[in-house]
Amino acid sequence: MRFSENWLRMLVNPPYSSNELAQVLTMAGLEVENVEAVAPPFDNVVVAEVISIQKHPDADRLNVCQVDTGTTDNKLIQVVCGAPNVEVGVKVPCALIGARLPDIVIKQSKLRGVESLGMLCSAKELGLSEKAEGLLLLPKDAPNGMSFREFYALDDQIFTLKLTPNRADCLGILGVAREVAAITATDFVPPEIESVKSEINNTLPVYVEKPEACPLYYGRVMHEVSLAVATPLWMTQRLERGGVRAINVVVDILNYIMLEMGQPMHAFDLAKIKDGQAGKILVRYAKKGEHLELLNGQKIELQPDMLVIADENEPLALAGIMGGIESSVQLGTTDLFLESAFFSPEVISGKSFHLGFSTDAAHRFERGVDFAVARDALERATHLILSICGGKAGPITGVKNLLPNRDVVKVRLERIKQLLGIDLGSGQISEIFKRLRFNFSVDDDVFYVIPPSYRFDLAIEEDFIEEVARIYGYDHIPASLPRAEMSMLPESEVINLSPGRLKEILMCRDYQEVINYAFVDANWELDFANNAAPVVLKNPIASQMSVMRSSLIGGLMANLQFNLNRKQTRVRIFEVGCCFMNNQGHYQQTENIAGLCYGNAAPEQWGQPARNIDFFDVKMDLESLFWPEQLRFEKFIHPALHPGKSAQLYRNKEIAGWLGELHPHLQRKYDLPRSAILFELHIDSLSTRTLPKVKKLSKFPPVQRDIAIVVDNHISAQELLDSMNAEKVDIISEIHLFDIYSGKGMEAGKKSLAFRILLQDTEKTLVDKEVEEAIAKLLNVLESKYNAKLRR
Amino acid sequence: MKNLENLVNEAVVLIDRSENATELEHIKVRYLGREGELTKLLRGLGELPQADRPVMGNLINQAKKSLDEALALRKKNIEEKDMVAQLEEETLDVTLPGRGLGIGGLHPVSRVLLRIESLFRSIGFAVASGPEIETDFYNFTALNIPQNHPARAMHDTFYVDSMNLLRTHTSPVQIRYMKNHRPPLKAIAPGRVYRCDSDVTHTPMFHQVEGLWVDENVNFSALKGVLMDFMQKFFERDDLPIRFRPSFFPFTEPSAEMDIGCVMCDGKGCRVCGNTGWLEVLGCGMVHPNVLKHGGVDTEKYTALAFGLGVERLAMLRYGVNDLRLFFDNDLRFLEQFN
Repeated sequence: MRFSENWLRMLVNPPYSSNELAQVLTMAGLEVENVEAVAPPFDNVVVAEVISIQKHPDADRLNVCQVDTGTTDNKLIQVVCGAPNVEVGVKVPCALIGARLPDIVIKQSKLRGVESLGMLCSAKELGLSEKAEGLLLLPKDAPNGMSFREFYALDDQIFTLKLTPNRADCLGILGVAREVAAITATDFVPPEIESVKSEINNTLPVYVEKPEACPLYYGRVMHEVSLAVATPLWMTQRLERGGVRAINVVVDILNYIMLEMGQPMHAFDLAKIKDGQAGKILVRYAKKGEHLELLNGQKIELQPDMLVIADENEPLALAGIMGGIESSVQLGTTDLFLESAFFSPEVISGKSFHLGFSTDAAHRFERGVDFAVARDALERATHLILSICGGKAGPITGVKNLLPNRDVVKVRLERIKQLLGIDLGSGQISEIFKRLRFNFSVDDDVFYVIPPSYRFDLAIEEDFIEEVARIYGYDHIPASLPRAEMSMLPESEVINLSPGRLKEILMCRDYQEVINYAFVDANWELDFANNAAPVVLKNPIASQMSVMRSSLIGGLMANLQFNLNRKQTRVRIFEVGCCFMNNQGHYQQTENIAGLCYGNAAPEQWGQPARNIDFFDVKMDLESLFWPEQLRFEKFIHPALHPGKSAQLYRNKEIAGWLGELHPHLQRKYDLPRSAILFELHIDSLSTRTLPKVKKLSKFPPVQRDIAIVVDNHISAQELLDSMNAEKVDIISEIHLFDIYSGKGMEAGKKSLAFRILLQDTEKTLVDKEVEEAIAKLLNVLESKYNAKLRR
Repeated sequence: MKNLENLVNEAVVLIDRSENATELEHIKVRYLGREGELTKLLRGLGELPQADRPVMGNLINQAKKSLDEALALRKKNIEEKDMVAQLEEETLDVTLPGRGLGIGGLHPVSRVLLRIESLFRSIGFAVASGPEIETDFYNFTALNIPQNHPARAMHDTFYVDSMNLLRTHTSPVQIRYMKNHRPPLKAIAPGRVYRCDSDVTHTPMFHQVEGLWVDENVNFSALKGVLMDFMQKFFERDDLPIRFRPSFFPFTEPSAEMDIGCVMCDGKGCRVCGNTGWLEVLGCGMVHPNVLKHGGVDTEKYTALAFGLGVERLAMLRYGVNDLRLFFDNDLRFLEQFN
């Protein structure tokens, strides 16, 4: 909502400066987004009339004008002017000697030898417009010599309110004035609207098909209206300062009523309505297959949920949103049908949004227009049309149905205290309600309030409590710390759903956290997740952000490329985020943690040879996330991963995620000089830990035995460990692999694995025989199952 | 006894001249070993007359003792000298960089989230979460935003289908949390939210923290108190100017916007605060009774305060980040500044 401050101050004039007023409005919930001067400062510019024009003797494009600047002695001044639109008799702003304009100071000067005592101005030269379209021509009745600032009412500011959707009542200057009066406790008397006496008897009958969609509809026929007259300057200015474009005098008047009273109105060309005088107006829902060409030139296919104003043949206008071009009032129009109606917000809501445009009318109707004002608005519009355009008005015809409920709301003093935390007296509340012009009564600390017709946001007790707080001033309510019963939050040591600990671990292992958009390129889903049916957005912001990710890898790959392009050579990143799967219309959402490592295993440094990061470096990172739980890694085929260098992770037989090297064909496709190691885990698999349960420490020294065995290359370390562990030899406390060898000195197709075995008895010192038996048992099973030979 | 005296003098000279532990050991063997010279003298005592034996024995033992002492002293000296040499030799250039892996870091948004969580946990708020693909019901209807309400248009919603959408705020978690917990309750819900809006000051995904406190004595005054306390603690400034303005959210009544004095210019007016000296940092209010009812809360017994704040905005103000989009470029040079 934009409006002229001067206009507001004519209605209500609190003793505040412009800035103070803006501040007060903002603090009362009508946020003032901007206050700007209508015109930049300038002075010594007066209304002047061009009396005569002579060609400049030495310059084709210059004219020497004699100008009446309204001096008491009627002396004309000579001004040289280069504007093409200068004519004898025009009235223009003239900057006198000494005038300080936004860009120049006017001095007495000679232009090509001819003296000039001022400057005739364009709108641009006065800072009123961006474009210079010749001299700014003023109305004929502009008084010569009058200060141009005064004539054009330029000592004014434009206020722009950023209204919240509940405050449609302030979408008209009278509403703003009423609000300012309440906030500042200033007097305000709404203007009296007189009814117009009809001079003709013509009417159009109005039929409302669905009363709940249009509870109120007033119409009036007008004859012999002249659209050839100009809209008066004062009105043009208020429209312009209200951000409304001038169209023609009738439309301007109706728009003016909208800016003033908040009531959107419409005028039809009576001649375009079927049967004209004998026709009728129908307010009905559109039928399938009907079309309408709107005022903005858009042809729309009407839908059955769209309310239209129609004649007996066809729709004329989209009710409460925009008129049709065919029946619109234009320069040649003489007979009108004026409409002032109340359309239900539910009927108008969302329609213009779906059509892809917004109008001032729709903006107001969908938020709620004061239904008590429709008739007054019609009377006032008629009055203005008659006084500006002439013509004759018919009587008002109307259809009035069930208007929105205005049930009495109980507001308890006690509840005010409960909700606001301040103790206000009954008198204070009454005072506030009076300032807000509410209709109310009080009985035993309970207020019975009727919501005003212009406040669609007041329906329950809490709504009125907000009004109390607002007028009392949020600033005047003290801040206090609440008292509450103290009880500790549960803090499980076993279940931890927050990924904070995991992030800390990765951070300490030299990973940088990243955060990517959850919507990704559909190709990433194919490349990195083998997902051809991702969750698709109906209205993506861009085609490369059109599907929801089912894997975090795509984002990490994009981060890698972004950073390689910025000369990074080593990248270790991770992300925690939600992943989305489309399970036949059921959306699965799981939290994942994924990482990517690229480049050297360690940062470039002295004393340690550089080497590329590999599978096993990252494997340890993952193991540290689960520590001390042991994970199992099994060979895994994933389209994004090198088939020989990828593994699926299991924790307690449940899939926890995967780890692997980027598939060489993707490395090529994404143009990476080196390969990357990737992992992705389900946070769920990491959300539980086992509570430590301490075992007895043995007083006896452990025995350590190393065995090296030779097996076929294809046998995995895990298989060997599993078989040894399956023997369940009591005295063996730990088996771990500490070396691996193949190559020189080893038979082709074979490898040697070395295991360190710790043996221990908690009750006694082990004797050699027990140890040897235990080791033999292990060797036996390895030999029988894998043909493993002890390496000598 | 000239012989014994010479022997001792000779040995002492040798001991003093010895350079290392090996030499010293040789000397010890030569004089005190089994075939050592002093040992031999001691062994020869038996050949002396009975009367001379005690005197002579005593002298030899004294000589032996003095040699032992000389040896021990020299050994200690040599060890000290060796230690000095060893330390000298082993001295490092301690200014060389350390080796091994470096250390990574958290994203600034995570860092701010952790900070917010820890502040609210300190007064007993639990941390809750909810789905990011949310139903129309939880995202709008349950929050008192009916179909076609103009407030829906303000939300620029991404739709997945007619019933499901990407949550436009973390507020739906309020409803879910109330349904699963009995009052009194206090919780915050941090998370990602989505709106189809992308320009210099908007990204289509960002983070919010929702807060909810349902109890018998929470009121607007407490709302102001809690949020002022939070902002002042968050920015570590007890004198941070704060104001509350009436606003509109369908899910709170009364509703307020909270502004803080611009932390960039100290309220003098700058580009960041649009020369107003104030920064809008969060929306809040007393939870609307319709919302409490959807959460199954007795609205006569309990009142509730709620708020929602933008995490990126706080991160920008806290760390002086001037471009929102930097958070999602994931340029390591940017991210590493928060490590």
